Amino acid sequence: MGLYSKTLYFLMGDRGLLLEFGDEISREINEKVRRMALAIQAEAIEGIIETVPTYRSLLIIYNPTALPIEDFKKRLELIEQGLRQTPLPEPKLTHIPVVYGGFYGPDLEGVAKYLQSSPEEVIRLHCSQPYLIYMIGFMPGFPYMGELPQALVIPRLKTPRLIVPKGSVAIAQRQTGIYSMESPGGWQILGRTPVELFDPEKHPPALLQMGDFVQFYSVTEKEFENWSE
Amino acid sequence: MERIEAFEIIEPGILTTIQDLGRYGFSQFGVPPSGSSDTFSLRVGNLLVGNREEEACLEITIMGLKIKALREVVIAITGGDLSPLLNEEPLEMWRTHLLVEGDVISFKKVRTGCRAYLCVSGGLVVPKIMGSSSTYLSGKFGGFEGRALRRGDILYTLDIPPSLDKLGLRFPSDSIPPLEKGVLLRVIPGPQDHHFTEKGFNTFSSEYYQVTPQCDRMGVRLQGPKIERRSDVEESIISEGLTSGAIQVPGDGKPIIILTELVTGGYTKIATIISTDLPKVAQFKPGNQVRFKPVSIEEAHSLLREQEERLKGFKKIILESSTCKPR
Repeated sequence: MGLYSKTLYFLMGDRGLLLEFGDEISREINEKVRRMALAIQAEAIEGIIETVPTYRSLLIIYNPTALPIEDFKKRLELIEQGLRQTPLPEPKLTHIPVVYGGFYGPDLEGVAKYLQSSPEEVIRLHCSQPYLIYMIGFMPGFPYMGELPQALVIPRLKTPRLIVPKGSVAIAQRQTGIYSMESPGGWQILGRTPVELFDPEKHPPALLQMGDFVQFYSVTEKEFENWSE
Repeated sequence: MERIEAFEIIEPGILTTIQDLGRYGFSQFGVPPSGSSDTFSLRVGNLLVGNREEEACLEITIMGLKIKALREVVIAITGGDLSPLLNEEPLEMWRTHLLVEGDVISFKKVRTGCRAYLCVSGGLVVPKIMGSSSTYLSGKFGGFEGRALRRGDILYTLDIPPSLDKLGLRFPSDSIPPLEKGVLLRVIPGPQDHHFTEKGFNTFSSEYYQVTPQCDRMGVRLQGPKIERRSDVEESIISEGLTSGAIQVPGDGKPIIILTELVTGGYTKIATIISTDLPKVAQFKPGNQVRFKPVSIEEAHSLLREQEERLKGFKKIILESSTCKPR
């Protein structure tokens, strides 16, 4: 199905409106989410508290006492009609160093085995192209990126880890991501980056943003340990 | 304005954090709102002591907090009844009190609810992170150094004269939300109610569910009859935004109510609790029984307008009290 010809509006309680633009992870749908989020921000509508752009939908938290829902929906439909005119900023490419395998990438060997490949080939494939950042979510600064080459597609771990260290670079299905903070997690960990992805004191607080691109490259353990930004 | 020492933490209790109404505008960077879920109690507490309603205050969980006043301060305690004491004597909630240097406030045991709010005239002053003083526990930032309070921590307030004109003010008892044993939560179905069978939705909206010990600032896991989902839809959905009160149903069919420390998720949401009932969720303890009742968006909005009107009326009373009473 892909991109819906008509955007679906769902209620998420009495303060949330969920706009769903499609039913799959695709660049076309994701770009529409982003365009809509930017267009709404540009309008600075009074009564909008928060917008949460994700893969294929946009959640808007609003104050219904300041912004009656019927007026709000009409306004959103108008914004959507004028969406093609909304310019997108030039995408930024960020290079992220990763030390692959060993202590820092405990799943690299297993992933290679599952894919009937070698650790070197898995690293080569993971670094073979820039990835689009579809969304930041799950935790502050965590980028959901894709798509991985078909030869790297692997399910999540059967049993999630209770602790995934901060900086872990991981894959699951067609996606790759970076754990910006220590947390539980079920993705397959290929390596670790020394780069700080989130700093609450900075503006913006996240290094990476939706719509930008990431290119991974391999560094040695020594380079990782001596890394300074 | 200068800040000044207001309290010392003698005992931190089970979990005490600094919270305000939340951190908004940063979820595109993966930052959840945090803040209090019982926004009603927090707002009333602040109004009582003459603050703006969004000021930072203490969120006290269950029991054990003991704090000492380091100067003369005006306070009010709202929310769940955790048996607050002033120098070992019971202290009335939902009204303002004057503390003098050396006074000790403690919370002995839970009577009703789970979380109390202690607001101080002048607010609690911590560095604002992304515009908010709320503690985001799992992200380790905001509030007091991004963590729960510990013994010996010193809390600051603004160096302004305490609003003595507010002393003795009470929030009308008939406006205090009741904390029933079997709580009825009104919900708006969706966004993914269509992922469940009619039987499944009926189970959800008619059976009792019990609050499990897995209940914290991120969410409340419930135990009860399994909610049947349609066999022709996948168990998980593509990750999307979350809001407080959204009710996720993972593969095991047992609902989880989302609170303020989550930003996105990939489980189906059968319904979302309306905002005027959300404060009740913040007051849940393990063992509480709850039931869900679907309502229309119109009803939810009219309940919200009524609540805001009541608060507006109360604000007026507070303002008048400042001009009529001599200081």
